[in-house]
Amino acid sequence: MKYSGFRVIKEALTGHRGWGPAWRSPDPSSEYDYVIIGGGGHGLATAYYLAKEFKQSKIAVLEKGWIGGGNVGRNTTIIRSNYLLDGNEPFYEFSLKLWEGLEKELNYNAMVSQRGILNLIHSDAQRDAFVRRGNAMLLNGADADLLTTEQIKKRYPFLNTDNARFPIKGGLAQHRGGTVRHDAVAWGYARAADSCGVDIIQNCEVIGFKIANGTCLGVETTKGFIKAKTVGACVAGSSSRLMQLAGMRLPIESHVLQAFVSEGLKPLLPGVITFGAGHFYCSQSDKGGLVFGGDIDGYNSYAQRGNLPVVEDVCEGGMAIFPMLGRVRLLRMWGGIMDMSMDGSPIIDKTDISGLYFNGGWCYGGFKATPASGWVYAHLLATKEPHKTARAFRFDRFSKGLMIDEKGMGNQPNLH
Amino acid sequence: MIINHPLLGPRDSSEFVYLGDANLINRPNWQEDSALEHFVDYGYLRDNIAGVHRELWFHEYGDRSWLVVTRDTVSHEITEVRLASDVAIKEGR
Ligand SMILES: Cc1cc2nc3c(=O)[nH]c(=O)nc-3n(C[C@H](O)[C@H](O)[C@H](O)COP(=O)(O)OP(=O)(O)OC[C@H]3O[C@@H](n4cnc5c(N)ncnc54)[C@H](O)[C@@H]3O)c2cc1C
Repeated sequence: MKYSGFRVIKEALTGHRGWGPAWRSPDPSSEYDYVIIGGGGHGLATAYYLAKEFKQSKIAVLEKGWIGGGNVGRNTTIIRSNYLLDGNEPFYEFSLKLWEGLEKELNYNAMVSQRGILNLIHSDAQRDAFVRRGNAMLLNGADADLLTTEQIKKRYPFLNTDNARFPIKGGLAQHRGGTVRHDAVAWGYARAADSCGVDIIQNCEVIGFKIANGTCLGVETTKGFIKAKTVGACVAGSSSRLMQLAGMRLPIESHVLQAFVSEGLKPLLPGVITFGAGHFYCSQSDKGGLVFGGDIDGYNSYAQRGNLPVVEDVCEGGMAIFPMLGRVRLLRMWGGIMDMSMDGSPIIDKTDISGLYFNGGWCYGGFKATPASGWVYAHLLATKEPHKTARAFRFDRFSKGLMIDEKGMGNQPNLH
Repeated sequence: MIINHPLLGPRDSSEFVYLGDANLINRPNWQEDSALEHFVDYGYLRDNIAGVHRELWFHEYGDRSWLVVTRDTVSHEITEVRLASDVAIKEGR
């Protein structure tokens, strides 16, 4: 069924009896050409582009819980392409371009809102670094705009620009950045993939791989064995757990990242702002809640909930630039498990096991990557060659010294 | 989280800095022929266990000792805390 304004009116007049489920719930077949493990944003996007762009068929997405229950439904919804390094920036800009056409492509309202993102600058050295980053963005076809304190004051009069320790000295804006309704991304891709014939199988956990003579022949699941020519792992925070079943150790640690939503407020914050001297970033949802977050908790965790020191740290960062936050009450908070890689950048690559592919290591920034991650992973699975924007996301970059370390932090995942 | 420091008693985890898997105590021998391969493993690959995990914490805002903390990464429950120096000696380092 095609969604449209006309359809909404028609359904309103006929008692909303015509809306069917947005996707089927089939039983798994015994065999597929492609099995994608993980029904998060990336897995669903991969299945969709495999069918739509790469004209493949017999595709299944296996999800251990329900789709949208992982990080795709837990993140703070920010999209942007403000990276510095060559290995990353073309990929994220490709992703932002896909976001710009996504709702038409999927015939689904994902509430893509290019309200802009502003990274605040607090020192001269930081301005130099952000000018360099802005230039790298421009060279890669993205937009970047260096703002003065005066320009920032005009747009955000409530920011404390004169904080004694961290005065605001300007900012790097990407006006095409913004936010997207996260679960709608999962649902939109699921519906579009389903209509291309992809089987989305929920409550189906992969519990083992069948590997013979170095070739992956299929997966053991809680719904039985499923034979597959090509298997694509795509399970974000569970990456190490899953790949361990295939005998692999990954350059990844799982850490918990928390997010916070305040009570609903009147329209206040027009875009996304990030504090440059500590860890705090914030946007306002269409329902009025301030959506904010900061640093990961910093220790290995699979708990999907964090601890209080980070709550305090995030709120302190918020108060430093945004003093009026002090009167706002926190409504909800939660955590998600991040697949923190050793250099802070993702991996999209084949493995040493023939027919088994891997997509992961997204750290806290994989939501913005969803469309491009799906596209380039589908490219890799269908053509066996990496997409031109994803050539650097290889496993062997760690042994070859070709890390993509945006922050220059080294092999310390809790610092990326 | 409260870390029960073997010398100082219960301390808040925010006094500590986290390094990672306690296997980092077992630094490979740089003189071995296969040292390069071992260092790639040591530097970049992790078990990343969901469950009981031995890990290194540094008491930065305290006595600056390194601890080996045994903690469940699913429940965050801490079951054992030892001085890393004791662990290293016991493991023949
Ligand atoms: C609090 C928070 C804030 C964030 N903010 C942002 C942000 O503002 N911008 C941004 O770009 N990114 C952000 N991220 C990161 C982003 O959400 C993730 O990088 C991204 O969603 C990961 O890809 P995914 O959607 O495919 O993951 P997920 O939705 O986690 O999908 C993985 C799926 O795999 C399933 N699975 C796991 N194991 C198995 C198995 N054995 N068998 C079958 N299925 C399995 C899981 O159930 C899960 O549904 C944030 C993350 C968190 C937690």
